[in-house]
Amino acid sequence: MELLRELWEAFRGAMVTIGDVVLFLGRLLAYTPASFRRFGLIVHQIYNAGALSLVIIMLCGLFVGMVLGLQGFDLLQRFGSEQSLGAAAALGLLKELGPVVTALLFSGRAGTALASEIGLMRATDQLSAMQMMAVDPVRRVCVPRFVGGIIAMPLLAAIFSAIGIYGAQLVGVQMMGVDSGQFWSQMRASVEVRDVMEGVIKSCVFGVTCSLIAVYEGYNAIPTAEGVGRATTRTVVISAVVTLLLDYMLTAALL
Amino acid sequence: MRQTRAIELSTGLFALLGFAALFFLLTQITNREVRFGDSSYQLLAKFENIGSLKVGAPVSMSGVTIGRVEKIEFDSTEYKAAVTLRIETRYSRIPDDSDASIFTAGLLGGQYIGIGPGGSETYFKDKDQIHFTQSAIVLENLISKFLFSLAGKDKAQESQGAEAKTE
Repeated sequence: MELLRELWEAFRGAMVTIGDVVLFLGRLLAYTPASFRRFGLIVHQIYNAGALSLVIIMLCGLFVGMVLGLQGFDLLQRFGSEQSLGAAAALGLLKELGPVVTALLFSGRAGTALASEIGLMRATDQLSAMQMMAVDPVRRVCVPRFVGGIIAMPLLAAIFSAIGIYGAQLVGVQMMGVDSGQFWSQMRASVEVRDVMEGVIKSCVFGVTCSLIAVYEGYNAIPTAEGVGRATTRTVVISAVVTLLLDYMLTAALL
Repeated sequence: MRQTRAIELSTGLFALLGFAALFFLLTQITNREVRFGDSSYQLLAKFENIGSLKVGAPVSMSGVTIGRVEKIEFDSTEYKAAVTLRIETRYSRIPDDSDASIFTAGLLGGQYIGIGPGGSETYFKDKDQIHFTQSAIVLENLISKFLFSLAGKDKAQESQGAEAKTE
């Protein structure tokens, strides 16, 4: 009986959290159109989430592409069809690795920054001070960060995929000696606009979820040093799990 | 003020880079021609069947890539595939009675055009046509030929057996 009640409590807690997140998302979305009037704030957040993540995204994209080139070459070579390396690397990057790895890196680089920034604002009573001045902190602090993250994510994913394809080409063509014309022509023959769009849709969805989780965790952080730290950790863990979960669902829906 | 300008500038650059990457990914789908600049010349070859030959496939001679397939069209007067090849100028000494065949690289690999040199003293010029061509080997044709020959052999053996019995 005791166990049953504990289970019920845990279930109730989870439902309360999910409901809270959904309500918070509703509030963010309600303020989103109005936030474009103060575009300077959003530009600042695109800079924070996007431009500052650029180096890590490009570096990781290059290496993921190079690994894909190596592994793909080794695998395809066994079937004597290493010419298909371009197609394999491009499809893998565009549809899966680009959006997913970008989302994971984004939550690690930008998500944690957002969560700890907002959490620290909460801990140092800056959010309460805003409320005292009749400034809605959700509107002034959370919405620009949320929108900036959503705008930055697809662009980052596109850069990741493009650099990754370059990396695969670097390893496949320059190092392993796959024919350059075959590499590109097979890629072009098998990649469609639909595949690129699938990646863009995925990264937009991941942009919404990762930004939402970061902003929510930061906004609802316990206002202590430990609480802010915990919120930051939770941001990365929950973002990673939700990203991979959503990735499966989106792949199943879009395939 | 300086700070904001710097932020706006790098945000703009980031957005530009992002859209450039997206544009790069999208334009990859369309067939982009592989060019060798001006130092190349064209040859035409007509095939009965080109299999799955694609634009951009290599043209090779003794295994060395000397050019690329530039254009593939259908010639509706001869009912053949008209393939335009672009050969680098430094490989200009190809005898004009050479033959072109379509081969497959590896088991599942892409197809390419192989040129076997002839014995003529004169060489191909720009926009010449290769007259001796051999089509791609279509696997289905090969299998059906094999099956028919197998069936023919069976019949021959049966009739031989029958003859042996009557003797």
